[in-house]
Amino acid sequence: MIWLAWRQFRVQASIMLGLLVAVAIVAALTGPHLSQVHNAFLIACKQAHDCDSTTDPVSSTYHGLAVALQTMMLLLPLLLGLFWGAPLIAREFETGTYRLAWSQSVSRRRWVMVKIGLVVLSAMLAAGALSLIVTWWSSASDAAQQDRFGVATFGLRGVVPIAYAAFACAFGVAAGALLRKVVPAMATTLVAYVVARVAVALWVRPHFMSPVLSSVSLLSPNSGGTGFSINAGSNAVTVTAGPPIIPNAWVVSSKIVDGAGQSPTQQVLQKVCPNLPGIASGPASAVGQSGGVHAVPTGGQGAFPQCITKLAVHYHELAAYQPASRYWAFQGLETGVFLVLAVALAALTLWWVRHRVA
Amino acid sequence: MTAVVATSGLGKRYGRNWALSDCTLEIPQGHVVGLVGPNGAGKSTLLNLAVGLLSPSAGEIEVLGGRPASDPQQLGRVGFVAQDTPTFAGLSVGDHLRLGAHLNPGWDAELAEGRIAQLGLALDHRAGKLSGGQRAQLVLTLAVAKRPELLILDEPVASLDPLARREFLQILMETVAEHGVSVVLSSHLVADIERVCDYLVVLVASRVQVAGTIDDLLSSHVRLIGARHDMGSMPSNQEVIEESHTDRQSTILIRTDGPILDPRWTVEQVSLEDVVLAYMGQQSGERSSRRQRLAIRR
Repeated sequence: MIWLAWRQFRVQASIMLGLLVAVAIVAALTGPHLSQVHNAFLIACKQAHDCDSTTDPVSSTYHGLAVALQTMMLLLPLLLGLFWGAPLIAREFETGTYRLAWSQSVSRRRWVMVKIGLVVLSAMLAAGALSLIVTWWSSASDAAQQDRFGVATFGLRGVVPIAYAAFACAFGVAAGALLRKVVPAMATTLVAYVVARVAVALWVRPHFMSPVLSSVSLLSPNSGGTGFSINAGSNAVTVTAGPPIIPNAWVVSSKIVDGAGQSPTQQVLQKVCPNLPGIASGPASAVGQSGGVHAVPTGGQGAFPQCITKLAVHYHELAAYQPASRYWAFQGLETGVFLVLAVALAALTLWWVRHRVA
Repeated sequence: MTAVVATSGLGKRYGRNWALSDCTLEIPQGHVVGLVGPNGAGKSTLLNLAVGLLSPSAGEIEVLGGRPASDPQQLGRVGFVAQDTPTFAGLSVGDHLRLGAHLNPGWDAELAEGRIAQLGLALDHRAGKLSGGQRAQLVLTLAVAKRPELLILDEPVASLDPLARREFLQILMETVAEHGVSVVLSSHLVADIERVCDYLVVLVASRVQVAGTIDDLLSSHVRLIGARHDMGSMPSNQEVIEESHTDRQSTILIRTDGPILDPRWTVEQVSLEDVVLAYMGQQSGERSSRRQRLAIRR
C-alpha cells in the first residue's frame, strides 16, 4: 500500500522538493549578507552609543525577498491542505478509483492510514523545511525587530508551521472523504483553516499561560510613552500608557494605576493636569503624547510632560505580558493544539471511510 | 453444492429509498452466472454488497462463506471488475501491474504480464489514454491475476463497442476455462449473458424471478399458440409466465416440467431472451395492477 500511496503522490512531492531546494538556494545566497549588515550596524551603533534611535538597515535589506518568504511561509500550510489534503480521498471518489483500490487485498483501514500518513507527514516535513529556512534567514532582522510574538512572526517561525500544515492537510483529507468532491472539499478547507488560525490566535493563544505583571515608572525610558485625549464636550481627560518596551515580549495589556490598583479618576487628572484642556487646539478633541526618551513634546504640549511628572508620583504603568523566555513554550503549546486537531481529523476520516462510506 | 453468494433478506437503503430490499438468493459455485434485470433492479447494488464496497442496511450476505471485505484474506478471494472499469489515469499499465503485485499476496505476475502482452498493451502506456476496451481488459487482468476464487463483474461491457465487447467476453471465457474460477457477471444484454454464462438469475425489483442453468431454463419453457383460451384451465404443472391474447388467438409462455399434451396448442421453442423478457414483463404487469388498485382506493 505504501508503494501505491507513494506512486500517486510522488509528482506532488517532487514539485515541493524542487520548490524547497530553490528557496533554500536563494536563502543561502542572501542570508549571510543579512547577518553581515546586522552585525556591522551593531558595531557602528555601539561605537556611537546610539543603538535605540537609529534603525537597523537589515530590516529594509532584501525587503522584497523578505516579503516573498513570509508570504510563502504564511500560505504554504494552507496550500498543502488545499492541494495535497483535499484531493487525497475526494479524487478517488470522483474518478471511481476507490473501487479499484478497495477490491485489492488491502483493508480500507490500511488504505486510509497509509494515504493520510504519507501526505500529512510529507506536509509537516515540507512546512518544517521552509520554516527552518525562513527562521534562519530572518534571524538577523528578527533580532533587530525584537518582536518574536508578533502577528507577522510568531506563526511564521519555529515549529508551529509544521502543526499548521498537519492540521490543514488532515482537514483537507477529512473534508474530501466526507464531501467526496474535490472543489467543495478545498473550499471548506480554506474557510476552516483561516477560521481556526484566527480563532486560536485571538482566543486560545492568550490563555496558554497567565501573563506576568510588571510595574514601570511613567518616566522610565522603558515605558511605552503616555498619551492623552480630551473630550471636547465634557472636557474629560483620558491619559493612556502605551505598551512598555520589553524586548521580544508579548505585552497583553497596559494601564496606569496607583499603589492600590486604581486608575486615576477625573478629579485626580483635573488636579494634576489643570492646564491640559487649555492646550486643546482643535474643536473636537486634542491628543498629545510624552514619555521616556521617545516622545518629543511639541509646541504648547509642554504642559503634558509636566503633568505626567506629577502623575508619576502616585501612579505607575502596570503591564501584563508574556516574557520572551516563554517563546518556545508558546510555540510548543500552539503546535500541540493544532497537532491534536490534526490527529482528531485523521481519526474521523478513518472512522468515516470504514463505517460510513458504504 | 455450496453457494458463492448467499443472501437473506438483504437490503440497502439510501436515505429513504431502497436500492435493494428483502433480497434472498443463492448463487451456486462452479458456474458462470449471469445476473440480468432491468435498470434499477438492484443488480449493481447487490454486486457492490458482495464485494464489500457497500454494507447492508438490512439482512445478511455471505460470499464464499465469509463476510464481504471483512479482512485482506477475504478481499483476496474475490476479484472485482467495477462498473465503468475505473483505473488510475495518471498511472501506466506497468504501474497497475506493480500495484496489483504490491497489494495482493496471491499475485500471479506471469499471468498478468502474459495477458498484457497478449492484449498488445505497452507497459509504459498511461491508463488514462487507453480505450474503454483496453481499460476494461486491464481491470480484468488485475482482478484475475490476484487469483481469486470468485470473479465478480458489474456491467463490464456496458460501455464497450460490439467488437471490444466480444473480445472482452472471449478473454473472460478463456480465463474461466483456464483457472476454473466461479464468475458472477451482471448485464442487461441477454445476448452477452448467453454467450458466456451457463447459469442465469433474473432479478427484478430486488426479487429473483427465476434462476437456473441456461439449459434448464430453455428446456423448461415453451411458447404455446392456439385458439383463444381461458387461462383458468391450465394443467397444474404448467405455470403461465406471460400471456397475450387477440380475439381469436392466445399466445402464452409457460414453465413446465412435462410434455404438452393438449393437442389444441402449437408448441414453439423459446430463446433465452424470450424467457428473460417474459419474467421482466411479469413484474411490470404486477406493478401496473397494483397501481390500478391504488387508483380505485383513492
